[in-house]
Amino acid sequence: MSILDGKVPGGPIETKWSNYRVDMKLISPTNKRKLRVIVVGSGLAGASAAASLAELGYQVDCFCFQDSPRRAHSVAAQGGINAAKNYQNDGDSVRRLFYDTVKGGDFRAREANVYRLAEISNSIIDQCVAQGVPFARDYGGLLDNRSFGGAQVSRTFYARGQTGQQLLLGCYGALSRQIGLGKVQMHSRVEMLDLVVVEGKARGIITRHLVSGRIARWAADAVVLATGGYGNVFYLSTNAMGCNVTATYRAYKRGAYFANPCFTQIHPTCIPVAGEHQSKLTLMSESLRNDGRIWVPVQPDETRAAADIPEAERDYFLERKYPAFGNLAPRDISSRAAKEVCDEGRGVGKLGRGVYLDFSDALARLGKGSIAGRYGNLFEMYEKITGENPYQRPMRIYPASHYTMGGLWVDYNLMSNIEGLHVLGEANFSDHGANRLGASALMQGLADGYFIIGDTLGNYLGSAELAEVDINHAAFADAENSVRAGIKRLLEVNGRRSVDSFHRELGNIMWEYCGMSRNAQGLRKAIDLIAELREQFWREVRVPGTNESFNVALENAGRVADFLEFAQLLCYDALSRDESCGAHFREEHQTPEGEAERNDEAFSYVSAWQFTGVGSEPIQHKEPLSFDNVALATRSYK
Amino acid sequence: MKFTLCVWRQLNSDEPGSMVSYEVDGVSEDMSFLEVLDLLNENLVVRGEEPIAFDHDCREGICGMCALVINGVPHGPEPVTTACQLHMRKFTDGQTITVEPWRAAAFPVIRDLVVDRRSLDRVIQAGGFVSVNTGSAPDANALPISKDAADRAFEAAACIGCGACVAACPNASASLFVAAKVAQFAALPQGQPERLQRAIHLVEAMDREGFGGCTNHYECEAVCPKGIPVSFIAHLNRDFLKAALMSREVRDVPPAVEAEE
Repeated sequence: MSILDGKVPGGPIETKWSNYRVDMKLISPTNKRKLRVIVVGSGLAGASAAASLAELGYQVDCFCFQDSPRRAHSVAAQGGINAAKNYQNDGDSVRRLFYDTVKGGDFRAREANVYRLAEISNSIIDQCVAQGVPFARDYGGLLDNRSFGGAQVSRTFYARGQTGQQLLLGCYGALSRQIGLGKVQMHSRVEMLDLVVVEGKARGIITRHLVSGRIARWAADAVVLATGGYGNVFYLSTNAMGCNVTATYRAYKRGAYFANPCFTQIHPTCIPVAGEHQSKLTLMSESLRNDGRIWVPVQPDETRAAADIPEAERDYFLERKYPAFGNLAPRDISSRAAKEVCDEGRGVGKLGRGVYLDFSDALARLGKGSIAGRYGNLFEMYEKITGENPYQRPMRIYPASHYTMGGLWVDYNLMSNIEGLHVLGEANFSDHGANRLGASALMQGLADGYFIIGDTLGNYLGSAELAEVDINHAAFADAENSVRAGIKRLLEVNGRRSVDSFHRELGNIMWEYCGMSRNAQGLRKAIDLIAELREQFWREVRVPGTNESFNVALENAGRVADFLEFAQLLCYDALSRDESCGAHFREEHQTPEGEAERNDEAFSYVSAWQFTGVGSEPIQHKEPLSFDNVALATRSYK
Repeated sequence: MKFTLCVWRQLNSDEPGSMVSYEVDGVSEDMSFLEVLDLLNENLVVRGEEPIAFDHDCREGICGMCALVINGVPHGPEPVTTACQLHMRKFTDGQTITVEPWRAAAFPVIRDLVVDRRSLDRVIQAGGFVSVNTGSAPDANALPISKDAADRAFEAAACIGCGACVAACPNASASLFVAAKVAQFAALPQGQPERLQRAIHLVEAMDREGFGGCTNHYECEAVCPKGIPVSFIAHLNRDFLKAALMSREVRDVPPAVEAEE
C-alpha cells in the first residue's frame, strides 16, 4: 500500500486554481500543432475536451463506439445543470455550491476539486448559451432556474426535460466545427480495447473498428479517457445499452488505479422491472417528487387497487421518516427506504418491487392542466412504457442503478497515476465523493472538458519529456497481440449460452449483494459467485461469427467479459470500506433508526486499487482526505 | 403473444440482402419492440446463428440510434414514438411484422438493419453550429432572449438526428433535419452572424451527400419521433433564398474561417 498524492496546489482554496493556472507551462502555437492527443468518448466530457483541445491547436483524434458522437449517453440526462450564478438572488454562491456538493458526497470527495468545479460552473452556462443551447427562460428573456436534488437554492439551469441532450448538442456542434476544419479526426463505431504505455507514459491505444473488425494502433503524446461510468455492471440500469467499463478497466489492467468503485448511485424514481425480458430501466425525472407523494399499503401482500385503499391504510413512508424533506429526501436515502418497504412485502405491482408515486393530491390542488404543463412529457412516457395512465392511477416507481461516482483515480490535474493518461467526466472518481447530487454530473463533465483539461494537459505536455514513439514500438505490438488473443479466445469457446444470459446473471448477483445495501457476508459470497460465473462464461459462452465483420455478439462479449472481472473489484472495495457513507450502505454500520453511519476516523480516504491479476485480490492505495474548508457533519434530512 | 417477424438480412454493403421470416413466441405485451429483437437474437445465438444487427443504445427515445422501418413506417405505427419506445401491446397477437432498415442512397446498409448515417454528421460539420471558441463567451444573461424565441429554438433543437425523416421521404430528402438545425439558430441572436451562410452551407452539404430535395410530401413530419413541424422547412427556404440573392461575398465565405497565428 502506498499513500497517493492528489497534487493539490497550495494556498487558500479560493485562489488555488487561479494561482496554479498562472504558473502553468505554456506551449507555443507552432509547437501545439505538432502534438497529438487521443480523446476516447464523445459525451459531454469527451466532446467538449476534443473541441477545446482542437481550438487550442492540438491535433486530436476522437473515438466513439456509437455511429455518431451526438449519441453518447450524456444525451439522456433530463434534469439540469447546476451553476452558482445566483441569478435568483436567493443567497447562492460558489462557496455554497461547493459546500452542498461536498456534503452531498458525504465528505468523501477531494475538497479542492469540488471548489474548482463550483468556481467553473458559471463559465459553463456562459459557454453553452453562446453556443445557442436553448435553456428555459422567463418572460423577461433571462435564464430561468429551478431547485433540484436536495438544494435549498434555485441554481439548476434546464432545457425542459432534455438538458443533457441540449448540452451535448452544444458540444457536438463545437466538435463538428473542428472536424469540419480538419482539426479533429473523428472515428465513430470504433472501440478502444487497450491502452499502450511506453516507459511509464500513456502513448496510445488499440482499437477495433466495429464494422470491419479491423484492429488498429494509434500513437499520441497523451491519452484522454472520457468513457463514462460502469452502471451496467448491474445489467439493468438507466444507462444506455452500450455503456461499458472496458476502456477504463483495460487501462486499470495496464496499471491505472481504480478509485472508489463501490460508490454507485441508485436513483429512486425509475419505472419498475416488468419481467424477465427487461433490457434497461427508464428514469422518471426526480422533479416528479416535487408534486407526487410516495406511499405503499400499510398491510403486506395487499391485493386491492391503489384507489380502493383508504387513506388510513396507506403509509407515506418518506413523509413519515423524514418530515423535513419528505418526498424530496436525497437519492440514496429515498432509494433505501423504498427497498425496505418492499422487503417487508409491501411493494406494489406484479413483481412486488415498486412503490406508488401518487399525483392525486396535486391534481386536486392544481388541476390537470397545470400538472400536464409541468410533467406532461413524463406522464406520456410513463404511459407509453407501462400502458397505465398516471392521471388516473398512481405511477409505480422503484430504484435503479443510475450513475457511478467511482472511476479511475486522478490527481488535481485529472491525470491518473500513469503519466499522460487523463480521465474526465463520469469515468474519473474525483468530484462527487460517495453520492452525487442531482444536476451535478453535467456540470462536472463540461468543467473537465471545456475548462480544466486544456490547461492541465498543456502543463503536462509543456513539461514532460516525451520520447519519439510511433506505432511500430514493441509496446504497440504487445498490446495489439493481447487484444487479438482476447478476441480469439471469445470466438473459440463455442459453448451454448448467450452473452446476455451471463450479463443478466451477473446483474442479479450485484444487485442482490452489492446494490442498495451491503454486508460483509454477502460481499464475500458475491466475490465467489462472480468467480464461478466467470469460469462458466469462459466454458459455455457462444459468440458466433468472426472478428472480421460487424459482429454485435462479439462486441458485447468483450464488454461482458470485462464486467465479469470488474464486478469483483467493486465487491472488494465495498468489503474493504467497512463504514456506511453516501450511496454505500453497509448494514453493519447504521444508527438505531437505520441511517448510514460514517466513520471519519478510519475511512476518510480514497481507495485506489491496483490490478494484480484476474481473480486475485487487488492492492489498495490510499489518498487521505482532509477537510479544511468545511466542517465534517452528519448528513441529516429529518 | 406470438409473432412472425420478416426481417431484412444483409451480410454487408457488398452482398445483396433479403427478407427472412422468424417465429417469436413467449412475447409479453410489456416488452418493447427492441426487446423482441433481443429475444429473437438470443434464440439465434443459442442455435449458433448470427444475431440480427440493429442500432440501438439509450432505449429511452433520445439518442436517435434506433432506426427500424416497422410495417413500412419508420419507427413503426405509434406517432411521435421511436422504435425503442414502442411496446408490443400496440400489436395484435399472431401478427406478421416486417422490419427493414432506413432506405436512402445517403444511408448505405452496413449490415442487416444497420445503416451508415455519417452523412448527417457531415451536413452538421458544414456549419450546423455557432462558431464560438471555449472561453470567449459573455455572461449568459448579458443577452436577453424572449421566451418565445427560446421556446421556438428548443422545439427545433429537439431533433434527435435519427434520420426517420429521410427514410420516410419519397425523395430521401434531409430537409426537415437541415431545417431544424437552421431554425434553431435562426431563432436566437447568437445564430444571426452566420445565419445566411449556414442555410447555404447546410443545403449544399445535403445535396453533396446525395439527399434529395423537398417536394412537400410531409411524410417527414408524420414520422418524426419528436414532432418537428414541416413549417421549419419554410423558414429554411426563406433563409436559403435570401442568402442566394445576397452578394457573392456572403455566398463565397468558406464553411469556416480560422485565423492562422
